Amino acid sequence: MSDQVAQAAQSAGSDPIVRVTGISKRYEGGVQALEGVDLDFPEGRLTSLLGPSGCGKTTLLKIIAGLLEPNAGEVQVAGRRVTGPGPERAFVFQDFALLPWATVTRNVAFGLELQGISKAERREKARHYIREVGLTGFEDRYPHELSGGMRQRVGLARAMAVDADVLLMDEPFSAVDEQTRRKFQEDLLHLLSVEKKTVIFVTHSIEEAVYLSSQVVLLSRRPGRVSKIIPTDLGGLESPDAIRRSKRYLDTVEDIWGMLKQYLLEDEIK
Amino acid sequence: MKVFGWRVPMMFSLVVWLVVWEIIGQAGWMFLIPPFTDVLRASFELLGSESFHKSAGVTLSAFASGMGIAIAAGIPLGVLMGRVDAVDRLLGMWVNVFVSAPLTALVPIIMILFGFGQTTIIVTVMLFAIWIIVLDTRAGIRSVNPSLIDMARAFCASRFQLYTRVLILAALPEILAGIRLGLIRGVKGVVIGQLLVAIIGLGELFELYSRNFLMDKFWAVTILLFAFAIAASSLIEMLERRVEYYAGARG
Repeated sequence: MSDQVAQAAQSAGSDPIVRVTGISKRYEGGVQALEGVDLDFPEGRLTSLLGPSGCGKTTLLKIIAGLLEPNAGEVQVAGRRVTGPGPERAFVFQDFALLPWATVTRNVAFGLELQGISKAERREKARHYIREVGLTGFEDRYPHELSGGMRQRVGLARAMAVDADVLLMDEPFSAVDEQTRRKFQEDLLHLLSVEKKTVIFVTHSIEEAVYLSSQVVLLSRRPGRVSKIIPTDLGGLESPDAIRRSKRYLDTVEDIWGMLKQYLLEDEIK
Repeated sequence: MKVFGWRVPMMFSLVVWLVVWEIIGQAGWMFLIPPFTDVLRASFELLGSESFHKSAGVTLSAFASGMGIAIAAGIPLGVLMGRVDAVDRLLGMWVNVFVSAPLTALVPIIMILFGFGQTTIIVTVMLFAIWIIVLDTRAGIRSVNPSLIDMARAFCASRFQLYTRVLILAALPEILAGIRLGLIRGVKGVVIGQLLVAIIGLGELFELYSRNFLMDKFWAVTILLFAFAIAASSLIEMLERRVEYYAGARG
């Protein structure tokens, strides 16, 4: 497996900034969510964690974020061991996790507010990232006045605003309708090409994983283990439509579906 | 409400009952019920009288102190019970007992402990009001969206920031509901306390008027007290409405 990891890292062409070694997680009540997960996440790339539901994708992401303690193993970010949340990592939540009593501006600046940064500087940065995610004009709105897609743009802007190197995204588009999701995916790719972040992206959508990522990590059923690492770099194709129509994209989606189908079949036999 | 196709404002039912009251009063069937107009006149006289100002002042200050303590102690206790399971298990049963217990029975004991004075009234108000504030605050803290807590932690909030910038604000609708219900119970507490102690505040007036069968004045004090309780609780209700959108956004 470690060969494969090294290969994948090489194929992505950069050093790992996040390194996960021997992570196991058992929940109270005895559910073994993860077992012996080793993974490297290359810097400046987007890696998707994909797998059948309940395979511990989100658990792994929360361990990397420092929100959950693993029972064994360790996570290193830029060579330093993770013991809790840190400013070099930012999280984008599946259910947005916006403060309902705060305006878009204050929500976007919330990470900066917690860091004790001055109000003027906060406003400045918030405004910049609100523009980046395309929410100009909605600065003084409240979350309940926004659509699901717009709320997640606020969540993304908030994560961008703290200027973390690593962006952890937990099924960020799953609560967003299909058309909005496509647009959002394209905007995310564009944004990442400007901002140069390392992204770890949890999703249950094969198409989304292949479309967005440099590599897709396929996790097995519970207890989650790394089952395969698939390099998916579709670089070189400029337009999103070209990517979605390219043979390489379609083949990769089919390949991954073939692998996932195995798990589903095994589940049914069980 | 519609009567014969006419829209009748809600206030109309009040008017009907006041007219019934007036008729019964004017007929003089029961000395306990003087005509409403007499009560109204007595109310205005009272509002202008020195003795009422003094009594109301004493009552109001006891009420405000008792409520202040109940809120200042009740919210932290509720937050603690919402966040720390050990504290919740230790105190949960007692809070639930006290919230529904007939606390009036305890007032004589409070009197023995704190004497026949303002302190007893303050403790009574506090005792009546605090438990529902604790329970509602606890419920509010428990219902905070866990991912909001994860979010605060992921963005490196200190423990203090987690409480002051996220948890308390997220639980605000429930906390305000608790305070509103606590206020209503507190009014009960101040009246019962003063009636039992009977020598201070509005309790003294109640005692004086009912003993001397001055029913118009008695009803006047009662109505003024009702009006105060309703006004105080509507004030909180207005605050609640301002934060109402929380609940929808949290759902």
